[in-house]
Amino acid sequence: MFPEFDFDVIERSLPYLFREGMTFTVTLTVLAMSGGIVFGTLLAMMRLGPLRWLSAIAGGYVNLMRSVPLLLVIFWFFFLVPYIGQWILREPNPVKVGAFTSALVTFIMFEAAYYCEIMRAGIQSIPRGQVWSGYALGLNYWQTMGRIVLPQAFRNMLPVLLTQTIILFQDTSLVYVISATDFFGAAAKIANRDYRLVEMYTFAAVVYFVISYGLSTLVKSLQNKVAIIR
Amino acid sequence: MHYNWKVFLEMEPGGTGSYLQYLIVGLGWTLATALAAWAIALTIGAVVGTLRTTSFKWVVRLGNLYVEIFRNVPLIVQMFLWFFVVPELLPTALGDWIKQMAPPWGMYIPAVLCLGLFTSVRVAEQVRAGINSLPRGQRLAGTATGLTQAQTYRYVILPQAFRIILPPLTSEFMNVIKNSSVALTIGLLELTGRAKAMQEFSFRVFEAYSAATVIYLLTNLVVVLGMRALEKKVRVPGLIAAGGAPQAGH
Amino acid sequence: MKRLSLLLAALLVSGMVAAQEGTLKKIKDSGSITIGHRDASIPFSYYDDKQQPVGYAMDLCLRIADAVKAELKMPKLEIKYQLVTSANRIPLMANGTIDLECGSTTNNLARQEQVWFTITHFVTANRWVAKKSAKIHSLQDLKGKTIVSTAGTTNIKQITEINGQQNLGMNIISANGHPEAFQMVETGRAVAFVMDDILLYSLAAQSRSPKDYEISKDALSVEPYGIMLRKDDKPFKQVVDAAMTKIYKSGQIKAIYAKWFQKPIPPKGLNLNIPMSDSFKKVVANPTDSGDPAAYK
Repeated sequence: MFPEFDFDVIERSLPYLFREGMTFTVTLTVLAMSGGIVFGTLLAMMRLGPLRWLSAIAGGYVNLMRSVPLLLVIFWFFFLVPYIGQWILREPNPVKVGAFTSALVTFIMFEAAYYCEIMRAGIQSIPRGQVWSGYALGLNYWQTMGRIVLPQAFRNMLPVLLTQTIILFQDTSLVYVISATDFFGAAAKIANRDYRLVEMYTFAAVVYFVISYGLSTLVKSLQNKVAIIR
Repeated sequence: MHYNWKVFLEMEPGGTGSYLQYLIVGLGWTLATALAAWAIALTIGAVVGTLRTTSFKWVVRLGNLYVEIFRNVPLIVQMFLWFFVVPELLPTALGDWIKQMAPPWGMYIPAVLCLGLFTSVRVAEQVRAGINSLPRGQRLAGTATGLTQAQTYRYVILPQAFRIILPPLTSEFMNVIKNSSVALTIGLLELTGRAKAMQEFSFRVFEAYSAATVIYLLTNLVVVLGMRALEKKVRVPGLIAAGGAPQAGH
Repeated sequence: MKRLSLLLAALLVSGMVAAQEGTLKKIKDSGSITIGHRDASIPFSYYDDKQQPVGYAMDLCLRIADAVKAELKMPKLEIKYQLVTSANRIPLMANGTIDLECGSTTNNLARQEQVWFTITHFVTANRWVAKKSAKIHSLQDLKGKTIVSTAGTTNIKQITEINGQQNLGMNIISANGHPEAFQMVETGRAVAFVMDDILLYSLAAQSRSPKDYEISKDALSVEPYGIMLRKDDKPFKQVVDAAMTKIYKSGQIKAIYAKWFQKPIPPKGLNLNIPMSDSFKKVVANPTDSGDPAAYK
């Protein structure tokens, strides 16, 4: 087995794999994380807020996203985003979107549900006294949340948020099904073009392992530093 | 956009039945994959999770290595390794026999093995957390009454730990059902794969994926209700469940 | 006076703009046209070794884009490329992501309910490729065996229907793309790959040992390839049809065809050496966009 392992094909395709594939994966991860955390925090505030109908909508959305497979959500948005764009922008025709944009919308909308649950737990773990002090000082709900609760919640939940992001990084490989050229998609293309399945898929697995393991080790050491001693 | 909900009554091209029946058979494959993988995951996960809490250093290290390997590689990559790479690495005769296996078994078995091992890691984590959440006194009391380490686990620790982790295990089971959809990338025609095939044959995108979504939601509901009933049945009154911080993941 | 002439000019311009609806308007407004292409439909639409989309259908589409640019009197027309697969090309046309799909898409009546096609640019037939050692000579030899085809193609739909109608008991694998499907035959997972013969021919020719494979004599159907465009868009279709007809009548088609079928092509300099078939010569003489296989006999 090993004497026939063609390291050459890996070496030849490194530029393509990393310049096209890894760039796609990393960009998608970073943007989806940012958008997902923002939208997720908004959803968490809706769920914990005073308006019951808003809370119900947010809750329903989160439960829906958590009940269906990510692959199904990817297919949904791949075909629907142009129509959604048409509706929002009031265009006469469906809006043109590429695979990246559709994937980005998918991952923001999907991960927001998971980030929401994390932020919700984070917000709820802040002692109520903080909120009351905020109100006592004359701040309204949004100011209290924005200036007092969220910064603390965010800091407490940072390790869990980052772990979710590592999971997001791994999940981006699923864009294979919409033929997007992320890192895994690029490896699969080379594998099929040059008939080197073993080499390329093994290499892809190793790269994902090194990056994920490295990041999760960093998160663990961050966790030790950030732990607030009450 | 115009909808054609009657498409579910049309025959699928292979002539095996209507599109609705086609999707329901897909649900059958989803559940078959999920349940088989879950059985593997529970068995291996319980063992690995328990071993990681023992005092044997090398056993713990091996367990950690196992967990890190399967946790840091995306599921679709693992699926491809099992389906495309493993048969090439085995001795030629065995590899060829595996490759000759007719669909759907040729896809079902790698999918089950892949999903089983992938999920076993998450089960192991839950088991470990459950065991560690028990007061240390339990283990000490076991030793004090003359039980060996194995007996302490068997009679004192594990029964309590499993009851504690039943809620997170419910969501892990839901995850297995959702993750079974990744098997469509190696050609297993489970529910999502069949919704995609239905969309390709009939061009009815919205209808096909709506049906799949509804079916997943209903399955979710049934599982959650079932597990809640199970929890009520095995609950130990007075044992406070370790509520726990939210875990990342899906 | 100035105001009057400005008003007249505005009316004229708005009149012209109003005359362009649908795709033509979209192209004019955005300044770009999006061409859907394939990654491995050799020699119609595929990536060369620099990962650029090239091919016979691509060359035809670039000429169509020039015609659109001339028709809309645009100084510049940006050409955007969007990779598509057999499975998503029709939905991506319907939802507006691409304006033209330039590849190896079969024009048939069922698909014409979702999209429109312009003049046929190739006539192929649905056949299968198998290893010579498997000794598959007819459809009956495939009984009970495992075969593979590509997701979303007319071929897989047809073989699924034949399987049901003739009770062949075949196991049909749906692969994500042509190279993956061919690899299943190469590695022994499937006995035969059912696809358009021209694509099979190029895949076998590019494989590691082309002599191991043979393409079936029997054809399951006739498949005319057409460049896809959006349904119910008459103005755009007129422009595209006119461009294609011009290419055929002027004889440019001979050179374009020869470039991709009778000369070495990227990435490995393979020469397919396939002269124009009689069915296609007929189409060149009398350009048609029919989706009825009977029109190509």
